[in-house]
Amino acid sequence: MNTTEKKRGGWSWWYLLFVVQFAVALWPPFYNKADPYLFGIPFFYWFQMLWVIVSAVFTAIVYFAVEE
Amino acid sequence: MSELNWTALIIFVLLFGFITWLGFAAARWRRGDLDLLHEWGLGGRRFGTVITWFLVGGDVYTAYTFIAVPALAFGQGAVAFFAVPYTIIIYPLMFLIFRRLWNVCHKHGYITAGDFVKGRFGNRWLALAVCITGIVATMPYIALQLVGLQVVIGAMGVSGTGFMADLPLFIAFVILAAFTYSSGLRAPASIAVVKDLLIYVTAIAAVIVIPYELGGFGKIFAAVPAQKLLLAVPGPNTTGAYSAYATLALGSALALFLYPHSLTGILSASSGKVIRRNAAMLPGYTFMLGLLALFGFFVIASGVDKLPEYAAGFKQFGNNFAVPALLLHSFPAWFAGVAFAAIGIGALVPAAIMSIAAANLYTRNIHREFINKNPTDKQESHVAKLTSLIVKVGALVFILFVPTQYAIQLQLLGGIWIIQTLPPVMLGAYTRWFNSWAMLAGWAVGTFAGTWMAISVKLTNTYPLHVGDHTFPGYSAVYSVLLNLAVAIVLTPIFNAMAANKMPVDQTVAADYQS
Repeated sequence: MNTTEKKRGGWSWWYLLFVVQFAVALWPPFYNKADPYLFGIPFFYWFQMLWVIVSAVFTAIVYFAVEE
Repeated sequence: MSELNWTALIIFVLLFGFITWLGFAAARWRRGDLDLLHEWGLGGRRFGTVITWFLVGGDVYTAYTFIAVPALAFGQGAVAFFAVPYTIIIYPLMFLIFRRLWNVCHKHGYITAGDFVKGRFGNRWLALAVCITGIVATMPYIALQLVGLQVVIGAMGVSGTGFMADLPLFIAFVILAAFTYSSGLRAPASIAVVKDLLIYVTAIAAVIVIPYELGGFGKIFAAVPAQKLLLAVPGPNTTGAYSAYATLALGSALALFLYPHSLTGILSASSGKVIRRNAAMLPGYTFMLGLLALFGFFVIASGVDKLPEYAAGFKQFGNNFAVPALLLHSFPAWFAGVAFAAIGIGALVPAAIMSIAAANLYTRNIHREFINKNPTDKQESHVAKLTSLIVKVGALVFILFVPTQYAIQLQLLGGIWIIQTLPPVMLGAYTRWFNSWAMLAGWAVGTFAGTWMAISVKLTNTYPLHVGDHTFPGYSAVYSVLLNLAVAIVLTPIFNAMAANKMPVDQTVAADYQS
């Protein structure tokens, strides 16, 4: 009980998910290409939109992992 | 342009009438004593997960966003999509840093970033710098919301000369001022719900109907010129568009939650848990923002910019007219009215929060600190209400008498200025290592250098940093805040040594930051 209390507000390994989220979002060479298209939408656009959803899921995972 | 679009206008006015009523009725919602500053200016810190979601969404996704992001995509293509990574990375920041700030502010009754800095570092001058930066950066932001409003009013064919031309904006402004004065933060919080419902309806309808009308996404993207479709691949010895894109996203994200209105939205939440939950839920807005950015390409594909009936609008408002023209062209008039109301109301919500945030800052960190040191609760809230009026009049006068271009440039500078408060506010949530005078020096150097960089590139946002024979084009805000930090780090041990025996007291303790 005490250890979980201490964890809160401190470091948690789950925060590494945020690092992944940041690194991908801030590295344009990774997604600056047109192929493959999805429903006629170039990769650059659909990948970043997909990354929004992935990021939301990551944040939710961290929330439940750190909070519970 | 000259012909009045009656159907759209009637829908617009009806929806505006509804939110006006709602804004005044909000005073009685979760009733509190509006003569207390935290009741008027933070809604009594009683907003749960859902209302906070709408309120912070109202902060981040403003009328200007709806107009300007697609306009940028229309004009310059792929680079406009930086708004997506930008709003991807703000939420982890919110999750980690701002729940700490919420905790400490709740514990000590802090209402502004200035309150926190004063309590944490015991330096009223550093608090003053944070406060003035906040107010100065917010003013052009409010003005830009009125620009968004102006564009949609113009799109409905409302025009005139002299005073008549400005009358609709003036009326909208009076409504805004009156309900903010009487209901405080409860007004934008309740209106934000209506605004978002309208925006979602508009965005979803547009993303389904317009690609259908234009023959699918494949055809839309095929119509986008190759140089606009992707970021330009950097040449040798430069990081080119890549570093510009990434630093724009990073700098905008760091700046966003330093703006007073963001903090106001966050501090009004009822618990730290609400903030963390929102960090996971707010990306819903980011997704929508990405869809809105695509509107810029819909405009290119539909060719509305070349249709004679919209020529006058493009002439008057430039690329900012792209979205209104697209909506007018693609939808029946009544639905265009709904969409314009969504954008118009989307101007009032952040404008109200911003003016409240600026008023809170003035009241707490200037008036109470330097003018009337022991105000009664009633006096304090009265000063805030009055200041919120003055701030809005300032923004209105600015928009009516100064060319729009200046408001846009000032807002750009505002982003560079506000990010300079990062060391005391964001890092201050974690550490007290920095000397407060060293941070003040860093703030001054960062503000000066950032402004100089922006001016040297004719008030555009990317500065070509030269290191050796390499060039790193990037957002001036990021470069200047790095300089700010470097100054603060170098000066901290020096200033500490000079004043070793008179370190100010920290009102906060480590436990205050944890829930």
